Amino acid sequence: MSKSEHFGVNRWRRFDDWDERPLRLDNFAKDDPRNGFSAMNGSNDPASSVRCSGGSITEMDGTAADEFDIIDLFIARYHLDPDRVEEAMALPSAEVARMLVDMNVPRERLVRLAHGMTPAKLAEVVAHLNAMEIAFAYAKMRARATPGNQAHVTNAKDDPLQLAADAATAVAFGFDEIETTMRVSRNAWSNALACCVGSSVGRAGTLFQCSSEEAEELQIGMAGFTSYAETVSVYGTEKSFIDGDDTPWSKAFLAAAYASRGIKMRCTSGAAAELLMGFHEAKSLLYLEARCLCMQRAMGVQGTQNGGIDGAPLASSITGGVRELMAENLIAVWLDLECASGNDARSSESEIRIGAKILPFLIAGSDLICSGFGSILKYDNSFNPSSFNGEELEDYLVLQRDFEADGGLTPRGEDELLSIRRRAVDAIAAVFEELDLGSPDDDMKGSVVAASGSQDTRSYLPGEVSDISGGISERCITVLDVIRALHTRGFVEEAENLLFLVKLRLSGDYLQTSAVIRGGHVISAINDPNAYDGPGSGYRLSAERRAEIAAIRGELDQREVLRAEASFAAAEQQRIAYRTMGPAQRGADDSEVVIGLSPAFGTQLFRTLAGHSLADVLRAVGDGVAEEGGTARFVRFTHTADTSFLGLSAAGLSGSGVGIGLQAKGTAVIHQRDRLPHNNLELFSNAPITTLDHYRALGRNAVRYAAGRDVEPVVVPTNGEALGARYHARVALIYAIETGLTSDGAVPQDIGIDFLGKQTGGARP
Amino acid sequence: MSKGKLGIDDYPLAEKRPETVSGARGRGLDDITLEAVMAGEVEMADLRITAGALRAQAEIAEAAGRSALAGNFRRGAELASVPQEVIMEIYELLRPGRAQDRQVLHEAAERLRRDYAANDMAAFVEEAAEVYEKRGLFTFRY
Repeated sequence: MSKSEHFGVNRWRRFDDWDERPLRLDNFAKDDPRNGFSAMNGSNDPASSVRCSGGSITEMDGTAADEFDIIDLFIARYHLDPDRVEEAMALPSAEVARMLVDMNVPRERLVRLAHGMTPAKLAEVVAHLNAMEIAFAYAKMRARATPGNQAHVTNAKDDPLQLAADAATAVAFGFDEIETTMRVSRNAWSNALACCVGSSVGRAGTLFQCSSEEAEELQIGMAGFTSYAETVSVYGTEKSFIDGDDTPWSKAFLAAAYASRGIKMRCTSGAAAELLMGFHEAKSLLYLEARCLCMQRAMGVQGTQNGGIDGAPLASSITGGVRELMAENLIAVWLDLECASGNDARSSESEIRIGAKILPFLIAGSDLICSGFGSILKYDNSFNPSSFNGEELEDYLVLQRDFEADGGLTPRGEDELLSIRRRAVDAIAAVFEELDLGSPDDDMKGSVVAASGSQDTRSYLPGEVSDISGGISERCITVLDVIRALHTRGFVEEAENLLFLVKLRLSGDYLQTSAVIRGGHVISAINDPNAYDGPGSGYRLSAERRAEIAAIRGELDQREVLRAEASFAAAEQQRIAYRTMGPAQRGADDSEVVIGLSPAFGTQLFRTLAGHSLADVLRAVGDGVAEEGGTARFVRFTHTADTSFLGLSAAGLSGSGVGIGLQAKGTAVIHQRDRLPHNNLELFSNAPITTLDHYRALGRNAVRYAAGRDVEPVVVPTNGEALGARYHARVALIYAIETGLTSDGAVPQDIGIDFLGKQTGGARP
Repeated sequence: MSKGKLGIDDYPLAEKRPETVSGARGRGLDDITLEAVMAGEVEMADLRITAGALRAQAEIAEAAGRSALAGNFRRGAELASVPQEVIMEIYELLRPGRAQDRQVLHEAAERLRRDYAANDMAAFVEEAAEVYEKRGLFTFRY
């Protein structure tokens, strides 16, 4: 091949464009089952099997009892129900998969079967389901009916003032649980106290945890600051478990210890943890996770934080990894565990991948859709950035509204949030002063109230926080001291809220599966069970809840559009006067171009979508006509508001046979008599990006068409803006104002135009 | 209160059976008020769950078909009166490589049984000792 046949080209530049996309920052791993890189088909995944003898399990998933590792032993003893094993294991996996998506098979029946299934069997069954079937089965199988959500509340300075403000903010948005952790581990007590105080502002009953070293976490719970824990991690291979410095028995002991203190607890497990820890045994993500989940049920914990978690980015790099994350969440709820369903550690730099990942959970609902939605900015998230963060919180609110799906959050207004943040900062400052832990000044407090993130604050630094934290710990300050301090300083409602929460631990009601507190009541899988048996059943938005979800910031209505327009009316009257001259007749001047105005043009609407004054637009079009030697005549039509018909009607009256149709929003057309309505000469449909120069060129071209001269059509360049998304709600409202002024058979009127004063901008010199 | 087993209709206990709920010193829900807190009458022990409440939750969990969860609540009930430092000590012993032989775990189990009547938990720790020996976990780790 000669060189010229290459045209000197060695790369399609689209690849350059693609290289620049955030997606290309993501890693993708080839399937490599021998090295643990397989979502559902590990090279060492066993076929499911079980043998029983005398009420005990003698073989499980191809391993004889005397070869069981600690995980097998624990599952065989505490998960597998010998009375159910025979029936459950005998059912073909494909048949069980169909039962999972059959709305006529009740959840309870499937839960009973799961308690007789081995990890390999559970994995085999869910592997039969495609992603949509998994999402559907998840919606059917999850334990509590009402969906919820969990927030991370942390910051890069461990600043207690900001923690209090951000905890109160998260509570206002409706998170059922908030979780904090520290940059500096000895700041745990300060973080716990600050979030505890913040979470008491505005509403009672938000559960709170402080993720820290196991023994300290339990002590913080004992001091009454926290109400749940979820950092009790389990792993799917023995060696990973040991490297995690625990065994199923030590973790189960810890689970009982948390229960004994009235603290809600769930375990954590997730795909790819074993791969990250180097002991995957060449088994698939799904099979290892099925082991983790059986083990958690066996331990008697009420729930799990599951679905990748820290391993989610690695799982997402593998073919089918995201489907696998959904599948492991399904196994969790099928086993009847509460599921805080991941959607936590940010698994991609691509916002599209993140949005796609959340959708099944948003529409299916989940006990806690995110097991850590970053309510703070990414850089303030001490766990690492979440899938959704403070930056994207409004995107999530809109997703709820789009799908009429309850993602657990509620939009809040600016004034409301500002006053909540003030209240929280005042409350924590009062507690610090009462307990001699510090006395933050107004500058510190003000900077925190306004701060979007810790880079905006002039408040405590991590080292100062360590002293506060040490004080709380050494002086054995408890939640009772905090309640007293709040009350003494007039924060009675917050004192009440905090006391309400700590009293809840006496009954242990929130230890049951999937418990959260709503409206001052514990709801859980016991008293709010998910009972889905087809359309109309299961969780549905109430009219009240739908209205809450709908009320996002910046909704438009016609009144709002008219109000905005009216604010321009006075200025416009300084620029232009319209005189109605009487019924318009067909002109005889062959240089004449009629400019047809829409019904609301200059009467109720005064600027284009690009923001140009309509006076300036008319002046520009008229100037363009004049530049090419034409004569402009203005006519108002009220029989139509449609651009094409405005243009064609204008052309019909025009002496030259060429007319321009112009809507108030700025959409314009050049038309010619005798053409079909929608077969115009030129159309300017992108009003939001149409400039006055374009309107002037439109006037010029109209004259050139009339004179039969060469015409270079005007092209309004776009940069690919989603103009429909940006403008169409307003367009529809504006257009309804135009059509509302039309009447059938209305006679066109000649309009005399007087330009007053000067042009306002965008004009030629 | 009847002697019969509790069921899901008794849940939540704080609302359906508030008279059965009290703190570790016997103070009832109605007596834990803001006024009492301000008067210094409430201690952390009054905010501590009792073995009785955990057994009640175990009955409710059992009634809801969650026997594994009920088992955890019963073990929790046994630990309700065990001091924090004892709990942390035994937890530490159960972690891999902490105990050098099964005897140490058997002693911990005996302590749970003798001092706190925590029979289920004791059996659980003994079972761990057996498993750890079988899987070679009584080895030095650090």
